[in-house]
Amino acid sequence: MPITRRNLIVGTGAAAATVQTAPRLGRAQTAGTIRIGVMNDQSGLYSHIGGVNGVAMAQAAANEFNARGFTVEVLRADHQNRPDVGSNIARQWFDRDGVDMILDVPTSSVGLAVAGVAREKDKAYINVGAASSDLTGAQCAPTTVHWVYDTYMLAKSTGGAMVRAGGDTWFFITADYAFGHALERDTTNFVRAAGGKVQGGVRTPFPGTSDFSSFLVQAQASRAKVVGLANAGQDTTNCIKQAAEFGLTRRGTKLAALLMFVDDVHGLGLQTAQGLVMTESFYWDLNDRTRALTQRVRSRLTGNQVPNMVTAGNYSAVLHYLKVVSDMGVQASKVSGTAVVNRMKAMPCDDDAFGPGTIRADGRRLMPAFLFEVKKPEESRGAWDYLKLLQTTPAEEAWRPINEGGCPLVRS
Amino acid sequence: MEDLFGIPAPLLFGQLLLGLINGAFYAMLSLGLAVIFGLLNIVNMAHGALFMMGAFVAWLLLDKLGLGYWWALLLSPFIVGAFGVVLEKLFISRLYKLDHLYGLLLTFGLALVIEGVFRNEFGSSGLPYRIPPELAGSWDLDFMFLPIYRAWVVVFALVACLATWLVIEKTRLGAYLRAATENAPLVQAFGVNVPRMVTLTYGAGVALAALGGVLAAPIYSVNPQMGSNLIIVVFAVVVIGGMGSILGAVLTGFGLGIVEGMTKVFYPEASATVIFVIMVIVLLARPAGLFGRA
Repeated sequence: MPITRRNLIVGTGAAAATVQTAPRLGRAQTAGTIRIGVMNDQSGLYSHIGGVNGVAMAQAAANEFNARGFTVEVLRADHQNRPDVGSNIARQWFDRDGVDMILDVPTSSVGLAVAGVAREKDKAYINVGAASSDLTGAQCAPTTVHWVYDTYMLAKSTGGAMVRAGGDTWFFITADYAFGHALERDTTNFVRAAGGKVQGGVRTPFPGTSDFSSFLVQAQASRAKVVGLANAGQDTTNCIKQAAEFGLTRRGTKLAALLMFVDDVHGLGLQTAQGLVMTESFYWDLNDRTRALTQRVRSRLTGNQVPNMVTAGNYSAVLHYLKVVSDMGVQASKVSGTAVVNRMKAMPCDDDAFGPGTIRADGRRLMPAFLFEVKKPEESRGAWDYLKLLQTTPAEEAWRPINEGGCPLVRS
Repeated sequence: MEDLFGIPAPLLFGQLLLGLINGAFYAMLSLGLAVIFGLLNIVNMAHGALFMMGAFVAWLLLDKLGLGYWWALLLSPFIVGAFGVVLEKLFISRLYKLDHLYGLLLTFGLALVIEGVFRNEFGSSGLPYRIPPELAGSWDLDFMFLPIYRAWVVVFALVACLATWLVIEKTRLGAYLRAATENAPLVQAFGVNVPRMVTLTYGAGVALAALGGVLAAPIYSVNPQMGSNLIIVVFAVVVIGGMGSILGAVLTGFGLGIVEGMTKVFYPEASATVIFVIMVIVLLARPAGLFGRA
């Protein structure tokens, strides 16, 4: 395990302090309260993707829902991208603080660990921030719903588009943990199926790598046409910046940023990011409903940011969850997470962020996938006007077919 | 193409060069830490946060005042250094008589506060900072592209390290400083204002961190976490070099950069750990560090 300053915090026993604990109340008082725990990276390399804005968007949804007959509390915690910290918080939340549903949980290794805890405790778990398609595959659970994206959908949309454009030889720069491995695996399948070839790859330590120049030079030496970035957040932006510096793109190598968020484009600047293709299921400027949502919530977000796929996902997931709670009654919904999730699957979803959709038996929330291209600086009309739509994959085609994921819930 | 250890030679040269570039950052940062520890006996955990501030001040100068990279290189260390002076006056100066651990905890807390403030103000997605046009582009060295800016970083870091070493080892001011660490009351008795000198030394160490931040801004995106990623590695560098040894910090900085670069070729998964493995071995064999005086 790489030693980082955040690990030190845990070492000194301050981990508990990062969890916002609900006041201890007697049973009678908690009867009318639904507690939603937003757990994500609030201080590290993924904190710009969800972080405090992810909490703010969940809160916004709770406020808009304006529940009758019960109150909604939103708690938050920083899992520091560590599965052990994440599972501990989840146990504490479920056992001690009366949390009814855990939301967000980016970083696939943590996302999968928390899924196990929620399943064991029979509590609803809506994963928004993690990418591994295993959440609805081999490791699916009756208590898990996976909301906005996964590695299969990214690989199919972005990877497929790269291969169609002639990029048939690949080299992977992969973050060395569950997410990177899943994204590399799913993309490799698409590349091979399309007749392409993977010429090599490196696995980079996670977290704790900020200089990728060495890996990029290795990628260049492999003479692959496409360098697939199976990483996310600052790993991806650092790769893209450094690839430009080391002349990869000038020698005709194409970069496939397999997971990128609008915030990453903001961090890179259009000058560096222009021309990259990326896949999202949400963009603030996509249609009238997404623009209206952005307008409503913008003042709640720090750093003058707009909602991204993940924070919008938190918003959307909370709305759907609360609809189900309201429908079932608070008491009934506290009894079994499986029952709540089954009801969520039975009820059609609809909200401003993602429009209408459904949740499949394996827990996959279905929605279209959008392939975007990053605008040139002269095409952008102002701040956060970064993406133009290239292609839409309809909800029926965007996701891994339900019988191919190996989810035991589907076989039964 | 000739192979060395199963790796094509050109690729190996490229990696050596890259290691040297990373080593330049390690050297710059560990130098500041070594100066502060050597002369003030403070383990400055806020060093990473101050490095980050250096980068942010560069970005602010450009964004708010339109002052570009060269101005930032000059002004940012001054501004952040002045901030360091304030920190020293307000907080750190109260801890000189206590155990190292108190200084470590205080500066660690300060680092968290500083990072938190920047995260709150600017978000954590990072801000773009472009390479100055004079240093943009790259040289085609046949075996790899060498970005001109990276070459500049190595040269600049070397000059800064050398200058610092000269000031401390070869000038009268440096002699005062070294004397004050040995026996402060005696130096004070000769009419030297020791507390002020110590404050300014802390400011200078902080300015070195900020200088590193400005150098790093065009390479990494400017974000509140950029310092915390580096600081632990840099501490390992200082420990390996020998706490307080200035030459040791610089040489191990560059040396470990190269070792890390090589690990990225032969066994990338271990590249984040290799420095700590070396640290363990060095501490077992030479507890005072490679260049430290036991």
